[in-house]
Amino acid sequence: MLELLSTRQNPMVDPLLHVWGWEIPVYLFLGGWVAGCMVISGWLLRRERATGGASVLGVLPWAGLVLISAGMLALFLDLEHKLYVWRIYLAFEPTSPMSWGAWILLLVYPVLALTGLVTLRASSVTRWPALASLRSALDRPAALRVLGLAGIVGGIGLGIYTGILLSSLGARPLWASGVLGPLFLVSGLSTGAAFAHMVARDAGERATLLRSDNLFLLIELVLIVLFLISLATAGEAQAQAAGLLLGGPYTAVFWVLVVGLGLLLPLALQTLMVSHRIGHTLVAPVLVMGGGLALRFVLVAAGQASAWPS
Amino acid sequence: MARLGMVIDTRKCVGCMDCVVACKTENGVPDGHCRDWIAKRLEGQMPDLRLTITSERCNHCDDPPCVSCCPTGASHVHDFGRVVLVDHDKCIGCKACLASCPYGARFIHPEGYADKCNFCLHRVEKGMNPACVDVCPTRCMTFGDLEDPLSAVSRLIASRRHFVLKPEAGTRPRVVYLE
Repeated sequence: MLELLSTRQNPMVDPLLHVWGWEIPVYLFLGGWVAGCMVISGWLLRRERATGGASVLGVLPWAGLVLISAGMLALFLDLEHKLYVWRIYLAFEPTSPMSWGAWILLLVYPVLALTGLVTLRASSVTRWPALASLRSALDRPAALRVLGLAGIVGGIGLGIYTGILLSSLGARPLWASGVLGPLFLVSGLSTGAAFAHMVARDAGERATLLRSDNLFLLIELVLIVLFLISLATAGEAQAQAAGLLLGGPYTAVFWVLVVGLGLLLPLALQTLMVSHRIGHTLVAPVLVMGGGLALRFVLVAAGQASAWPS
Repeated sequence: MARLGMVIDTRKCVGCMDCVVACKTENGVPDGHCRDWIAKRLEGQMPDLRLTITSERCNHCDDPPCVSCCPTGASHVHDFGRVVLVDHDKCIGCKACLASCPYGARFIHPEGYADKCNFCLHRVEKGMNPACVDVCPTRCMTFGDLEDPLSAVSRLIASRRHFVLKPEAGTRPRVVYLE
């Protein structure tokens, strides 16, 4: 028997760490979503300029700009020393994923804005000569390929960083897994693909995005299994942390909301959609997006509940 | 370069909390918060019980995760004695350091920045001990340079069985407890 008594009662730290509420999971979700939008836009930009005016390429970069701004607002709301927020851009700390993320976020804006600009019709920017000349300079095959690559690389960086951000905080055994980076990236890609096929108007493009989303969901399932195996077979602290999702207090919410409703059900629905046994429905992509949000909420909350044994 | 550390004799500590009161007074720690605290571990089965009392605080780790995760450089290792400090004017209150500390040694000051034990640097720089060390009625705490093999802390560690908290977290803490 071990009974531990402590006189410490610091807010947000005792009895269990609870420094991050809704803001961080929402930010991580939106960041992943934007990462998905960037990678898909970049890929579409490199593959073909657009399928007339109907491509999702006309929607994704603008949606990305709105979403990343909402995400950064959530991040700002989480800060306790808000007036000092500018300090983050006076430093680059190479060992801090949060510092990497702050700078990545600054790069996300121009890439999304330029991708959005190039998808506009030339006639719609004639009133602003500077924008029009920038647009025509970008609207060349070589420039589009570079911009597309910037979107893919930037999106992958953004998606992975949202996972590494947690896994670098070694004091929380649940997060101490390198799988978290790729898991959050693929979850972001599936969220982005779900959003894209939800808003797609071109049938061919929608079918491609639907198939991509199914692939991302499958990879996400595999990564979740690998994540749990890597924890459960590591040391005592990680095994206890994995127990939070395997019989512990977060089991039901994780398996029902994240895996069941967020992965397996939409995967089944979207597989039927691909083979045209059911028509396209909004239910599946909404479930995928809900699953992505639930994944962040569960992992942020359960991670804070995990600790090295005293 | 000095590596300041603390050695605490668990056979002498009675858990009187004088160190906690001294710290709050010396450093003006706000109500409802503490930079140091007392933990009591009761192990075994009745009637064979063992009680270990520890006065705990920031361990000023040699490999501090709170410093490596800080996005602004607010959490840093100070040149003087490699004490781990927080620069309040650089801290944005992101709480990554709170999440990264295996000891729960940090908290958010009501003014918004991360706060924790600083080994009473203002006293130590004048050649004094941290307030908690000086006030202890059983003299269970010793403070000094772990790098100097002839210092009181180094000789206590060399001559007595000792342990650190959560060594498996890999942070190499510099608050050492004598068994």
